[in-house]
Amino acid sequence: MSAAAPTIAEPRAATRREAWRSLLKLLPYLARHKKGVAAGLLAVILMGLAGTLPPLYIGAIVNSLSGHKHAMSRLGPLGDALMRFLVPFYRPSDYRTVLLCCVLLVAVIAIKGLFSYISRWVLIGISRDVEYDLRDGLLAHLLALDPEFYVRNRTGDLMSRATNDLSSVRMVLGPGLMYSANTIVTMLLAILLMARLSPALTLWVLAPVPVVAVVVQFFGRRIHVLYEKIQAMLAVLSARVQENLTGMRVLRAYAQEPAEMAAFDQPNRQYVARNMELITLLALFMPTLQVLTGVTFLLVLWLGGRLVMLDRISLGALVAFYTYMAQLVWPMIALGWVTNIFQRGAASMGRLDYILAATPRIRDVTEPEAAAEAEAEAGARKPVVRGEIEFRHLTFRYPTTLSRDGHEERESRPVLEDITLKIPAGSVIAIVGPTGSGKSTLAALIARLWEAPRGTLLIDGRPVTDWPLGALRRAIGFVPQDTFLFSDTLSGNIALGVPGAPLDRIVEAAEVAGLAGDVADFPQKYETLVGERGITLSGGQKQRTALARAVARDPRILILDDAFASVDSETEERILERLESVMRRRTTILISHRVSTVRRADRIVVLEHGRVVEQGTHEELMAHGGAYAELYQKQLLEEELERA
Amino acid sequence: MSAQHEEEKLGKIYDTRLVRRLGGYFKPYWKRVTVALAISFAVAGLSAAMPYLFHVGIDYAIDPVVHHKLALGAGLRLLGWVSLAYLAALVLSFAALYGQVLIMQTVGQNVMYDLRREIFGHMQKLPFGYFDHTPVGRLITRVTTDVNALNDLFASGVVSMLNDAFVLVGFVGVMLWLNWRLALLTLAVLPLIMGVTWVFRGYVRDADRRIRVSIARINSFLQEHISGMSVVQLFNRERKARELFEERNRAYLEAYKDAIMAYALFYPSVEFLAFLAIALVFWYGGGQVLTGAVQIGILVAFMQYAQRFFRPIQDLSEKFNIMQTAMASSERIFRLLDEPAPVLAPAQPARLAGIRGEIEFRNVWFSYRNAANPAEEDWVLRDVSFHIHPGEMIAVVGHTGAGKTTTIQLLLRFYEIQRGQILLDGVDIRQFDPLDLRRHFGVVLQDPFLFSGTIESNVRLGTEGIDSARVGAALREVGLGPWIDKLPNGIATPVSERGATFSVGQRQLISFARALAHRPEILILDEATSSVDTQTELLIREALERMFSGRTSIVIAHRLSTVQRADRILVFHRSRLREQGTHQQLLALGGIYSRLYQLQYRDQEVRVGSVAGPDLSAPLPASD
Ligand SMILES: Nc1ncnc2c1ncn2[C@@H]1O[C@H](COP(=O)(O)OP(=O)(O)OP(=O)(O)O)[C@@H](O)[C@H]1O
Ligand SMILES: Nc1ncnc2c1ncn2[C@@H]1O[C@H](COP(=O)(O)OP(=O)(O)OP(=O)(O)O)[C@@H](O)[C@H]1O
Ligand SMILES: [Mg+2]
Repeated sequence: MSAAAPTIAEPRAATRREAWRSLLKLLPYLARHKKGVAAGLLAVILMGLAGTLPPLYIGAIVNSLSGHKHAMSRLGPLGDALMRFLVPFYRPSDYRTVLLCCVLLVAVIAIKGLFSYISRWVLIGISRDVEYDLRDGLLAHLLALDPEFYVRNRTGDLMSRATNDLSSVRMVLGPGLMYSANTIVTMLLAILLMARLSPALTLWVLAPVPVVAVVVQFFGRRIHVLYEKIQAMLAVLSARVQENLTGMRVLRAYAQEPAEMAAFDQPNRQYVARNMELITLLALFMPTLQVLTGVTFLLVLWLGGRLVMLDRISLGALVAFYTYMAQLVWPMIALGWVTNIFQRGAASMGRLDYILAATPRIRDVTEPEAAAEAEAEAGARKPVVRGEIEFRHLTFRYPTTLSRDGHEERESRPVLEDITLKIPAGSVIAIVGPTGSGKSTLAALIARLWEAPRGTLLIDGRPVTDWPLGALRRAIGFVPQDTFLFSDTLSGNIALGVPGAPLDRIVEAAEVAGLAGDVADFPQKYETLVGERGITLSGGQKQRTALARAVARDPRILILDDAFASVDSETEERILERLESVMRRRTTILISHRVSTVRRADRIVVLEHGRVVEQGTHEELMAHGGAYAELYQKQLLEEELERA
Repeated sequence: MSAQHEEEKLGKIYDTRLVRRLGGYFKPYWKRVTVALAISFAVAGLSAAMPYLFHVGIDYAIDPVVHHKLALGAGLRLLGWVSLAYLAALVLSFAALYGQVLIMQTVGQNVMYDLRREIFGHMQKLPFGYFDHTPVGRLITRVTTDVNALNDLFASGVVSMLNDAFVLVGFVGVMLWLNWRLALLTLAVLPLIMGVTWVFRGYVRDADRRIRVSIARINSFLQEHISGMSVVQLFNRERKARELFEERNRAYLEAYKDAIMAYALFYPSVEFLAFLAIALVFWYGGGQVLTGAVQIGILVAFMQYAQRFFRPIQDLSEKFNIMQTAMASSERIFRLLDEPAPVLAPAQPARLAGIRGEIEFRNVWFSYRNAANPAEEDWVLRDVSFHIHPGEMIAVVGHTGAGKTTTIQLLLRFYEIQRGQILLDGVDIRQFDPLDLRRHFGVVLQDPFLFSGTIESNVRLGTEGIDSARVGAALREVGLGPWIDKLPNGIATPVSERGATFSVGQRQLISFARALAHRPEILILDEATSSVDTQTELLIREALERMFSGRTSIVIAHRLSTVQRADRILVFHRSRLREQGTHQQLLALGGIYSRLYQLQYRDQEVRVGSVAGPDLSAPLPASD
């Protein structure tokens, strides 16, 4: 496994080859729009064909006006076919000829416009369709990835992949595809016809073309590299601002504003510095392009003019040359530009693929298995969790605690060690233990947020891995230790696990969680918006919202991870009373530091350093006189002291 | 919500007020800007010269030679000179453009640097009420995307628009000078193009707005779901999340499809009109050439002018886009900068050195709804008065939502009170520079927040003078010693986003250590040990007694056991301060506190065998 320090593993940069290969992964997406792509490409070809005519008509006008004998010199089979309509009507120095050419010119441009419209609409449209599919797939994949992935990757980084990288991949499919087709067709046709007019002049005026392409490529690659650096710097800058804003209360409480300003100044300056590098490059790049394309016109004027004077070509041919070159300016630039789009897109696709190819460590039972399962369970009845939980010699290490060189840090101490525990369905089990002893980890394992080694955790006698993930989690009401609320209404947050729950179910849950009284005081009641992460609620209100959210699911297994930490004793007491009727029918896991909270549990488990050191009822443990009794004494003592 | 969809607002293309204000930022750089503008003239002149040289070459060299009116040698020589002039024009325009891009972009970068600094600085002063209702993601956008949109405006938008404008003027001038009839004929198409552009803008404007809104919605959705992914998964929200996302994604797709349709129609239309102009030139000009009134080279030059003329117009819609985006961005930026930051240091702040730690609340009324006269039910604190003597240890208790956290946020001047006064050492806290005021407090907030960095940087923050030894000592005081010792990197252990790889108790203890390391004169603990085990809690209590005896401290706690040893206890209930006194006094009072107390220790009491407390079924006093 490639991993770094306990925190973030920087994903390995994909090599160029891999990046290019990753572009192939777009093919299946395109395949869905096969017909559209074919139609779009056909439109590009027809547009290219129509585009070859205007210069010839303009040339013919000029020839007629300057009294030239022929509309245009012979143009080979293709050109002759294209000009066939005009040639019989051509007369030198004839106004009717000029008029006819003007009408043809306008007509051909209209036709070209039609195909241009079709190709753009179809091809760019498809690129957006594929972007839609990709984005959709990306979210679907993100939804399937487990906490480990999110510990290893920063939110900001994932966001940038899902936005910036996605849009560069889209560029490959839209403008990339369209312009490369367009460039190829236009160039080929124009060169074919120009070569017929004058091979020598064609060679000369096309001389800047490869130079332009190389220049665009050269600058493009450097610009791209710098651009990436700038983006990275921008990400640093945003991260800086984000941390500042999310931690604002702490920072202000500690009067850190001056320090923060100073800390912000550095990325701000560096961002400018990076941009300046890019600017010096850009300042050269654009004028260079202008000059290079200008040179082709210069060559048309100078060399073309010579040829006209030497009577090798007609003046009309020179003007036609000019017009072709004017049409080729953009494809010339596009040649290099498209290459860059592809390069950038390939790199981005590699980065997108980092997400798309990430396999969740937590794997749901595969479909056929689940189907067989359903059959085995007779009929369409879904597997239902009863709520018996069993740990068998469970030892667990966080997969993220690997040292930098990828080895487990000196046989990193397991967070949980040799846990054997049987929790009968419908019973209340309490877990106590010091900070960091592994209580939350134990709870998280049950909900399969992290993967317990196979066979060490069983639900209803079946390995947890054999349960369909959806069914398992649907049976669990989880109140995590750190509350996360969505910036939605209160009712939306409570009904999170039961979409479309009627209001009375929400109210009922809020009542059990002791939240209903607070809500009654809010002007907008259950429609109150809670702000990001629930910022406009008090600590206890947040926590009870999370509790209501779990209760509303009517779960088989209720997990309360220190769910009363921010709640006052009286409220806790009331909630526990009401919960009691709820808990009676379900397996409940109650994590707390307070003896008063846990003492009524059917069984109390004491964790220390990831091991179960004691378990039993309150009375048994008191009689045993171990860690729990000591805890009890301490909590009692505090109060006794005062009483004395 | 007011700030909900600022993205939806679509600026005008040009807004004098905004532009004038933006202009202010360029004042320091006005010399450079002037030079860049002067270059625009040169660029325009050079661009107009090139087609003209074609006219000269064709009409004075090529055509005469073809019609045997000029000797070949003379024709070639003349053409050579003309070509040389063309080359010169190319080289000059290269230099001009290079200089111009460099100057404008550099100025732009400097201005953006200043602007980002100003915005970030302003954010440091904005009241918390503002942040409560403004998503963080959107504020980040102000510093990044919005400022960059302005940069686009200056770096490419303004310069190329000015260039284009001058070029157009130059072209029109030369065309009129060459042949005013042909010129007018060419320009006849202009109203049509304007019309098409106008209609197109109308379509695209709406699509653009929808694109912007939907991408903002997609991003905030992603951001929120990535941060809360485990909740999404625990509550089987995957399918629903996909549905919601699909809806946003589709709105984006549809908005784009409309835009694509508009562009797909627009580009060919402009090209068509440009060629229509060319056809008109040949149609009318052709007759003139045949009668010998116009030289053929002039027609060729006009064709070139027409072709080049319409390209800037074709680009105009893109420029509009840049301008409009920039106007909208600057509007948002200025709205943020104009957001009043009322917690300002007074002109002559009271001196604050070596405080005694006397705190007084005098008839304080407060509501989060920032109005002078909030609705009756909106008051979060009503007429709260208390006095804390120097060196006292005060406990604050009360039901959740009673206003405890609010009280300390007011003391730190996170929010402004509506009525009453808060005094520190007898001086109204509004007389102090808030920065100075807060330096004397050490606060452990209810929600522990860790920054990404290391454990050490989280304890120290940006405060100078806290060395590693002090950091280590503080961590040891809160009982994290053994844990830190086992970590391979010790206090240099990296902290991931929000400290996700630590247990909640560990996070809380690290924020506790932060307060200790800062050695404040007044210590404020808001539920600072709610997720910490009893053993550690006792350990911390000892440490506090050692370190903070003689200093004022305020402790908010739900566990009465932690507050009993306070000198005095303040009991909040439904936004009022209902009782205060020592533990014994309050018990004797037989009010809210004694009821809370009895309730919590009922179980123990029964065991200890003391008499049953007062009737617990009696309801607590309701709000008044
Ligand atoms: N930023 C805010 N904006 C609007 N209302 C708020 C905000 N913060 C708190 N409130 C409301 O003010 C009231 C008092 O909140 P406060 O946080 O002071 O309670 P508390 O006594 O600390 O409660 P707890 O023990 O649960 O932390 C609550 O009803 C809460 O919903
Ligand atoms: N995602 C993670 N990656 C690596 N280590 C982790 C992760 N989460 C927790 N740990 C570590 O595992 C240990 C147990 O953590 P856990 O959250 O289970 O403790 P806890 O008993 O719930 O503590 P508390 O009472 O503070 O909530 C801690 O030392 C913690 O630092
Ligand atoms: Mg925990």
